[in-house]
Amino acid sequence: MPRPEFIYVTYIETTPEKLWEALTSSDFTKRYWWDTRVVSDWKVGSPFSLVLNGRTTDVGEVLEAERPRRLSYTFRHILNEAARNERPSRVTFVLEPHGKLVKLTLTHEDFAEDSVVIDGISKGWPAIMSSLKSLLESGEALVIPLDALFIDELEEAYRS
Amino acid sequence: MNLEHFKPATVYTIYIAATPEKVWQALTTAEFSRKYFSGLAVEAELKVGGAFVVRAPDGSVHIDGKVIECVAPRKLTITWNVNWPNLLEKLGLTLVTYDIEPAGDAVRLTMTEAHDRPISDDILSGGRAGWPAILSSLKSLLETGEPLVIKMEPPQRMLAALKAMGIATP
Repeated sequence: MPRPEFIYVTYIETTPEKLWEALTSSDFTKRYWWDTRVVSDWKVGSPFSLVLNGRTTDVGEVLEAERPRRLSYTFRHILNEAARNERPSRVTFVLEPHGKLVKLTLTHEDFAEDSVVIDGISKGWPAIMSSLKSLLESGEALVIPLDALFIDELEEAYRS
Repeated sequence: MNLEHFKPATVYTIYIAATPEKVWQALTTAEFSRKYFSGLAVEAELKVGGAFVVRAPDGSVHIDGKVIECVAPRKLTITWNVNWPNLLEKLGLTLVTYDIEPAGDAVRLTMTEAHDRPISDDILSGGRAGWPAILSSLKSLLETGEPLVIKMEPPQRMLAALKAMGIATP
């Protein structure tokens, strides 16, 4: 069996700089990512975290930050106990100019064996990336209730 | 045809600020498909057993298929056979399913490409490159009124793999 990985590609009518800003600034992320704030100084080796309603949901460490082309961090979900005890997985964004567009490739990989995280991230990323694309192209993020994603183990921090 | 023999090989999910009816219309009419799908015209006879054809701008048939399941505006399953000599004989049928589900103010569109036998990643690479471009453009069209202009290189990896199997490619 090949190791599981999640790859998502989308094309967005924007610039690499704006897309970089949208991926790394909490003013942007809270608009398209269920009010989630992304927190990091984006220096290689610095901590990275996602914070929702004052609670930290995910943590990691910045592995690569080549503005505005390539961003990579380790990723560990910490609300769910089983996920908290898994070793971190890895998230990489690659931003490539494509004519007047940007091709965004998200790869989430290097999961622990029998990872409990992969189901949730596979359902979450398409919604987050779709909302990001809408925000950059139309000025309006999507309104998608978390319950519509069918993630079995959504914690209170997400539901409140 | 037994649908249970078909296993998903590629799945792509995208959320769109539109109604299920609008997404259905975009997937099933030439008026929309020409704008987001490289000028190709979708001609669908929307009933089980009906024809599903995708025509190139010169009128030639690019994809020749049939409607397998049709529940407007929620689910459409079609056979999606690229009209290249020997392809159907060598690869078997390709099944494409669109699931359209309301999700808050948006719609979740899930495209599943399935096959009844193992297909190599080399061959699947063509669809895996194409679907995100097609459906990203469809989303932009429905949300902003303008499709994306996405210039795609020919899917060399897929074309080489098909050629090695004796399938004639353009």
